[in-house]
Parts: sequence; structure tokens; C-alpha cells
Amino acid sequence: MQDQDVTRLDAVATNSAANRQPLYARRKKIFPKRASGAFRQFKWIVMAITLGIYYLVPWIRWDRGPFAPDQAVLIDMANRRFYFFFIEIWPQEFIYVAGLLVMAGIGLFLVTSTVGRAWCGYTCPQTVWVDLFLVIERFFEGDRNARIKLDAAPWSFTKLRIRVIKHLSWLVVAVLTGGAWIFYFADAPTLAVDFVTGNAAFIAYATVAVLTATTYVFGGLMREQVCTYMCPWPRIQAAMLDETSLTVTYNDWRGEPRSRHTKKAAATGASVGDCVDCNACVAVCPMGIDIRDGQQLECITCALCIDACDDVMGRLGKEHGLISYSTLNDYDANMAIATRSGSCSITPELVRKPDGTFSDKLAHFHVRKLLRPRTFIYFGAWSAVGVSIAFALATRDRLELNVLHDRNPQFVILSDGAVRNGYTVKLLNMVPQPRTVVLKLDESFEGASMTVAGDDTANVLETEVVLEPDRLKTIKVFVRADPEVLSGTSQSFTFVATDPTTGERADYTATFNAPEKLK
Amino acid sequence: MSEKHIDEVSGVATTGHEWDGIRELDNPMPRWWVWTFYATIIWSLGYVIAYPAWPLLTSATQGVLGYSSRGEVRKDLTAADDAMGAYRAAIKDKSVEAILADDQLRSIAVAAGGASFKVNCVQCHGSGAAGSQGFPNLNDDDWLWGGKPDQIQQTLAHGIRFTKDDQTRDSLMPAFADVLDSAQIAQVSTYVVSLSGPVKNASLVEPGKTVFAENCAACHGDDAKGNKELGAPNLTDAIALYGADEAAIATQVRAPRMGAMPAWNARLGDTAIKELAAFVHSLGGGEK
Repeated sequence: MQDQDVTRLDAVATNSAANRQPLYARRKKIFPKRASGAFRQFKWIVMAITLGIYYLVPWIRWDRGPFAPDQAVLIDMANRRFYFFFIEIWPQEFIYVAGLLVMAGIGLFLVTSTVGRAWCGYTCPQTVWVDLFLVIERFFEGDRNARIKLDAAPWSFTKLRIRVIKHLSWLVVAVLTGGAWIFYFADAPTLAVDFVTGNAAFIAYATVAVLTATTYVFGGLMREQVCTYMCPWPRIQAAMLDETSLTVTYNDWRGEPRSRHTKKAAATGASVGDCVDCNACVAVCPMGIDIRDGQQLECITCALCIDACDDVMGRLGKEHGLISYSTLNDYDANMAIATRSGSCSITPELVRKPDGTFSDKLAHFHVRKLLRPRTFIYFGAWSAVGVSIAFALATRDRLELNVLHDRNPQFVILSDGAVRNGYTVKLLNMVPQPRTVVLKLDESFEGASMTVAGDDTANVLETEVVLEPDRLKTIKVFVRADPEVLSGTSQSFTFVATDPTTGERADYTATFNAPEKLK
Repeated sequence: MSEKHIDEVSGVATTGHEWDGIRELDNPMPRWWVWTFYATIIWSLGYVIAYPAWPLLTSATQGVLGYSSRGEVRKDLTAADDAMGAYRAAIKDKSVEAILADDQLRSIAVAAGGASFKVNCVQCHGSGAAGSQGFPNLNDDDWLWGGKPDQIQQTLAHGIRFTKDDQTRDSLMPAFADVLDSAQIAQVSTYVVSLSGPVKNASLVEPGKTVFAENCAACHGDDAKGNKELGAPNLTDAIALYGADEAAIATQVRAPRMGAMPAWNARLGDTAIKELAAFVHSLGGGEK
């Protein structure tokens, strides 16, 4: 045993159930220690990717020709368009965005039922920005012990200087975070210049101010309180876990009874678990809990305690995984071995062979355990929505035709006895190129002809309409029919709009009304 | 009656009241709540100084910012007028024909004219401008006084048979009950009906034609196609303002009913008249 290599930390889990304060008590600060290990490494990578996406995406250019903005991702509120690389969404196509939200919801179910609160621990903006703010804090104030010392120290010039610099740096990050948001809503390079020179819209400054405040307050000041008190996810996500979901687990079947003096305890012949009660897992926890208390609402499963514990176990020459991702089923099975199905207290010798290695009977995680009806159903629903959206998107119309029949009057008798109906025809050119489409009356409506208001030609069967790029064109069309061809007071016919260059076609079946008595 | 009581479980004092054995813990308010409460008090002090607040006997304190909701409406209306200023000026300067030729001006004038139509014209012409017996349908291509843009504008501005306006369109069809006998009236009515459709008694058509030539052609024309200068309707088309059968025509020959329309220029002004003219012209029957 190499007991002396392990520094025992004087860490108290401020938010564990045993130490929990009344809700209106002042918050006890948490000073998470820097962890290092595989999960910390993974979290750095996730952080770089997520922050990179957030800050950089508005600056990606995407050429759509001269009639549409060249920003790859743009929510153009003023013109009511949403651009996403090669996809352009009109307001009436918002269903695609709704579909994405449904996918995000089901995706969250899928992820949670397999790998637990992975969203909370790795990708939630709150987690990512708190991580970023902690990096800054550590840079200026040092790691856990230095920060505790500084916090407890009386105010001095040095403490004031360090604190001012830290908060200013946080504010810079907060401003950049709020600032990046607005670039999704306008041409980024233009807006950046306007923003700095004071020419941007008031709403831009207001948005940046609000998001700066929320970033600074949530990421710098409130931190874990946002997750514990404000966020509904811990409650919802916890309800989606089951016995086969991976969660960060303290394996007390091999850790207990924990002992700070393993050698002494072993010498007396007492049973000794792997946990040396060094509190490393508590010190790194950004939520201020003790994972050894078991599953708890506060745990965001960031897995930093796994890194901390593995590090200690490694130095002690013991197997990694005293704290590990594991399922409740595996944990229960191993617990049954360690306690002879609950007939005795945890006896670590029971999980090990005489030579000290783990017993073969222990349950271990395998990817196959994630394959079960629940995950298949979630994945099925998730991909069904995804495939539907993709299919709908690939086959959607970029030329649309809507026709509104005049209601008042429904028909007009002309001086030559013919009947005329009026229609408001809306042609939607949903591509950012100008085009000329042909609007015509369906051949089946014999004896009918149309006149476009404001057009020089009258009583034609088809007419060309010039459409502006990416715009709706509304024209008034009068259709006249001789009384001889009309049967009854109402009959259907079809407007057809075609784009001769692309072959696109849009139909609309409209009604033609006539009076009961015709001369 | 209340007395100090400490809850055993939480160690917190209760309010001292008891309902059916249930006591209420006297926990302090959350700090954020108390702060927000104080902040609203401070805000209200500033608010009563800045904005109208305290009711007095007949009015209220006005507040130093001089805010009033009426003032806000006035500001909004002025802003709306300003926003339309350039278009209004262009409509004022141009003829109705020129307005109709300009895509943008036309759509604005038609929208504005449609709005004034709903306020001023629907009482007689109907909300769809389809009229009714005695009130012309403005959608069709039959015009008593002409359907060109300037003719419509003239009718709107000065009215029809509106004696208070010197330039009003005026004409009078005599009551032929004093001139023709019943047989002649029946003959001429049948002849008029025959111009646009079948008649009940075809033997009356020929004599009716003679009666028409002697009495009616002066205004309605030899071919009975009317005269827009006089507001004499075209009798050969499918549209008849007071009914199209022999009896209705006969009634009209005996004692003609003639519509009147007020002059609108004094009330609406030149710009609104042009907008209305553009609107009526665009209903589908406007002439070039």
C-alpha cells in the first residue's frame, strides 16, 4: 500500500443531504478542484466544440446568389426567413423547426435512458459556461486551496485586484457570449461594425445587455444553484432513468467499509474497502455533493469524480472504477455478492478472489446492455421524425399557388350577359432567383377566360407572371364565362402555375359561382 | 390569542395561530422576494412623480414627463401620416389615370380608397360594391356616366343630381304616362326588353320600335345604346338598374325613378376622391 502518496483533502460536500441548509440560507461557496483524466479531457473537447459552434457559426458564409444573404445560418426576422446552409425556411414551413424540436426532445429521452444525464454533465450551456468561468477563476486565483484561502482572507489591495480582474474577465466573456447571439439574426460582419460604431438597432444592444447579465450571473455567481433550484431538467431527466441507464455510481460494494487508516485497520484483521476516504471526489465536484451518498438530484454526472478517484486508485495500485459509470442492475448484482444478498454488511473480500483480483461473478457493463426495447423505441421514433423531415424537405414545393375567391360579390353579371368571378391569386416564389411563371386556366373549364387586373391583355387563357426572387406576388384575376357553358350555380376549375424552365407546377382548385337565373 | 410556539420538527417559530391542529411556520421571506418588494416601492416613488398618478377632485396629477395616453395616440397617428406622406403627395399631384399606371401608387390608392369606400359608400352601394335595385353595381362594365378614371372621379367629386353642387351630373327623364297611352307604353317596353332577350308578346316589338324612335331615341340613341353625357342608360345590355322585365320597364317609362348621389369633394377632399376613383376603377369594370 502506498498510503503516503494520497493527500487527504479537507473537503466538505456542502450540498449533500446531510449538510443541506434551509432554502433561504445564504449559499455556501463551492471551490471545485481541477480534475484531470479521461473524462476531463473529453469535457475539454466537448467544450471546445460547443463553444466553437456557438461563437463561429454566424461567421460562416454560404453563397446563395445576389438575391439572398450569404450567411450560412441566419434567422432573418425582418424578412421572415430562416436560412440554414442550403435550406431556406419560410414562416409557414416552421413545421420543420417544430420537427427538429421534437427530435431534440426524443433525442434527449434516448440519451438519458442510455447514458443518463449526459446532457447536463457535458453539453448543457450552463455546464459549459460554468466550466469556462472556472477556468478563468483558476487562472487568476489558483486552484481550490488558494481560492479558499483568498476567499477567507481579509480584503487587501491584492485580493481586490485579483477579484476585479477576475470579474472583468468574466464580464468580457459574458459580453462576447451575449454579443455572439445577435449575429444569428443579422449579417454578422455588418452588424459587428454597426455594433461597435453605435449604429446597431436598440434591440441588439438590449439583447447583448440581457445575455451579458444572464451569462455573468448564471455562470459566475449562481453556478450550481441554477441546476439545483431553477432548472426543471434534473426532475424530468431523473424520471427517465431506469435500472439499465448508465449513471455515475460510487461502487460501495468494493469501497466500503471506507477507512482512512487502511494499514492499521488491516493489521487488526478488520475488513477494509478500497475507499481511503481521501475526499478527492468531493473536492472536484462542481455541485458540492458527495457521490458516495448515492444517486442524488444535484448530480449532473459530469464524471469529474471518476477522474479524481481513478487517479487516487492508480496511485494506490488498485483497479480503476471505484467510482464509475454503471447501471443500477450491475450495481445491485455486485452489491448482492458483497453482502451475500443483504444478509451481512458489505464485505469487500467477497468480491475478490483469494489472490486479490476481482471475482468472475461480478457484473460488468457491456454496450449490449444499452440495446433494449425502450432505447429501440426512442431511436425508432427519433429516426422516424428525422426521416420524415428530410423527406418532406427534399420534396417540398418551391413554387406555390394560393387562390382566394371573392366573397362579395360572388359573381358579377357583365353587360353582354357573361358571368365574371374575381380571384386574389397569390404566387409564392420560394427560391432566391427571379423567375417567370405561366398562370393558366385548366382546359376543362371551356369557354372561360381570364383578365389580370392592371394587365393590358384581356380575356386570355394563360398569362406570364414575373415573380421577384424569394417573394410572394399577389395579383387580382377576373375570370369570365359565357352563360351557355355554365351548369348550375357553382362549378370547380383549376388554376395552374408552371415554371417552364424548371418544370415545377402548382395547382389550385377554385370555385366559379353563377346566379340561379341566367338569360 | 397567540403565544410563542416553536415547531418541534424544524425548530422554527410558528405564527401562533392554529387551525385544526395545523400551525403555520413563521419563516422569513426569501431575500430575493423582499428585495424585489423594496425595489417596487422605490420604483413607485419615481413613477408617481414622472407619470399621471394621484386622482384629484376633477383631474389628476399630470406627472413631470407630460405623458398621456391620448398624446401617445396622437403621436402614433402623426407618425402614420408622416409615413404615408410621400405617397399621399404623389397621389395629390397625379391624375387618377397616372396613379393607376404606377404599380406601387395604385396598390396604395386602392387600399386607401377601399377603406374610405367602407366608411362612405357601402350604405348605398353595398360592402362588395355590388349595389342593389336603384343603386348601381360598381363591379360590372356598365356605366351610366362613364367608367374612365376621370369620369369616375368627376362623379365622385360632384355627385349626381345633387343640387347643392353646380357641376353635378344632371339629367331628367320625363314621365311618359302623360305623353303615351297604355298601349304605346306596353309596346315600347316590350321593344326595350327585346333588345337584350326574349319577350312575352312578340307582336308588340314592331310598333314599340316606332314609339321608341319617336320618343326615346333623342336621349337613348337610335340604337338604344344610351348616352353617357346624359346619363342615359344602355338599354341593349344585360344590366337593368330597376328590373329587366316588361312590367319593370313599363313602370320606369311611366314614372321614371332616378338616383341621386351626393358630391363628396367638400367632405373627403381631392386626394381621398382620387383614391376612391382608383378603387372603384379597379373593381373590374373600369374603362380605359
